[in-house]
Amino acid sequence: MKYFELFSLPINFNIDLALLNQAYLRLQKTVHPDKFAHKSSKEQLLAVQKSAEINDALHVLKHPLKRAEYILAERGVDIRAEQQTLQDPMFLMQQMELREELEDISSASDPEDEIEAFEKKIQMLEKDFHQQLTALIDQTELVQLERAADVVRKLKFIYKLRDELERVEDSLLDD
Amino acid sequence: MAYSDKVLDHVENPRNVGAFDKNDPSVATGMVGAPACGDVMKLQLKISDDGIIEDAKFKTYGCGSAIASSSLVTEWVKGKTINEAAEIKNTDITAELELPPVKIHCSILAEDAIKAAITDYKSKRNK
Repeated sequence: MKYFELFSLPINFNIDLALLNQAYLRLQKTVHPDKFAHKSSKEQLLAVQKSAEINDALHVLKHPLKRAEYILAERGVDIRAEQQTLQDPMFLMQQMELREELEDISSASDPEDEIEAFEKKIQMLEKDFHQQLTALIDQTELVQLERAADVVRKLKFIYKLRDELERVEDSLLDD
Repeated sequence: MAYSDKVLDHVENPRNVGAFDKNDPSVATGMVGAPACGDVMKLQLKISDDGIIEDAKFKTYGCGSAIASSSLVTEWVKGKTINEAAEIKNTDITAELELPPVKIHCSILAEDAIKAAITDYKSKRNK
């Protein structure tokens, strides 16, 4: 897998972010424009392209969802552009309830406590899905990878909840 | 991104927001979500014994296009038989609301919500 190879990292969903950052900085130094100031325009162009590739790779690998989607795509299960819907009534019912709960936070008497409690709930769900994903994504069988893809789809709703929670927090700070 | 006037109208005056008692045997519930954007949609249909949709309600957490798509289908399905409602295509919704290509998934969500509700109705009846 190109992106992992680029940073000399093992192909693994659980990535060492500190190592990733170190490798990123080291690589970007090698293609820094200053180093190519006296080189031919062709070499300058190549350096710029390499730098862009390094940035793309970092962008994908540092974000858990993008990283998971990348690994799955490389293993033959590409869900990055899919538009299909998720139909898991139990999961969606829970999501609906969490959204309702979040909606009520702004009008609560102690929104700060509620936000903290909600944040904990999201963390628990996220942790659970991350564990499931870790167990499934490094398998080679398609069945396991399809199940991993399903976990990624669900995780997207959890990240969306987190975005929405941040919005609520911001709106409370503005008041 | 600019919404069409029709989308804005549904967002400002959403039709049929709310919920029916899900334990009512004549009520079918369809729950769907779009992983692409994290939108969640609940569509409930009140269906008569002869399979006519008498009333519909929705609750959607999502962008304007998702809200408009679900609001629109609650209007469309009323008075239809479940078979007629199952014929509603996401392309009908996109055309009516003039949704841009990036919002097509919102119309797919609404189409699938109808289908999910009908599936729920059938499984309830077979019990």
